[in-house]
Amino acid sequence: MANNVVFERIKNEVTGTPVVLYMKGTPVFPQCGFSAAVVQILSELGVKFKGVDVLTDPEIRQGIKEFSSWPTIPQLYVKGEFVGGCDIIREMFETGELQQLFEQKGVPVRA
Amino acid sequence: MAMDAATIERLIRDSLPDAQVSIEDLRGDGDHYAAHVVSSAFKGKSRVQQHQMVYQALQGRMGGELHALALQTSVPEG
Repeated sequence: MANNVVFERIKNEVTGTPVVLYMKGTPVFPQCGFSAAVVQILSELGVKFKGVDVLTDPEIRQGIKEFSSWPTIPQLYVKGEFVGGCDIIREMFETGELQQLFEQKGVPVRA
Repeated sequence: MAMDAATIERLIRDSLPDAQVSIEDLRGDGDHYAAHVVSSAFKGKSRVQQHQMVYQALQGRMGGELHALALQTSVPEG
């Protein structure tokens, strides 16, 4: 069970940074195909984001799953709101909803 | 650790009785699946909530026993 300290860390992270991606590996060297796919989508949209490598932090790795009620990594947060994992991000990117969401939330995307 | 497609389907149906479930074993290794779940229970729910309902049906197996399940959810048309 994750404790409150971990939840507090996550909460500060996702509310303090506009776009946060919890992932395996780093944006430059993703360690998992699903994380890599989301990094690629964000790069394609030209969105600035912070990658948090859960492989280097077991507490966050477990804690983020409980925090979001979501069993898998990657997980994307925009302005403190959980947007989804790899499947949802991919689907939203294909329909154009992801770009819309960033625009609505005031996150700059490359035109 | 692998799980067969029939078990995945049964677990989903147990908690979403009207669900139409189609499952594809992506690599034939019993470890990487794609599932499309159609259920009226998803009506009015966000994508995140719909996927959470399926994960809940899988009772914690997702991310553990079940390594990769690409998920697509929708409500029945018409």
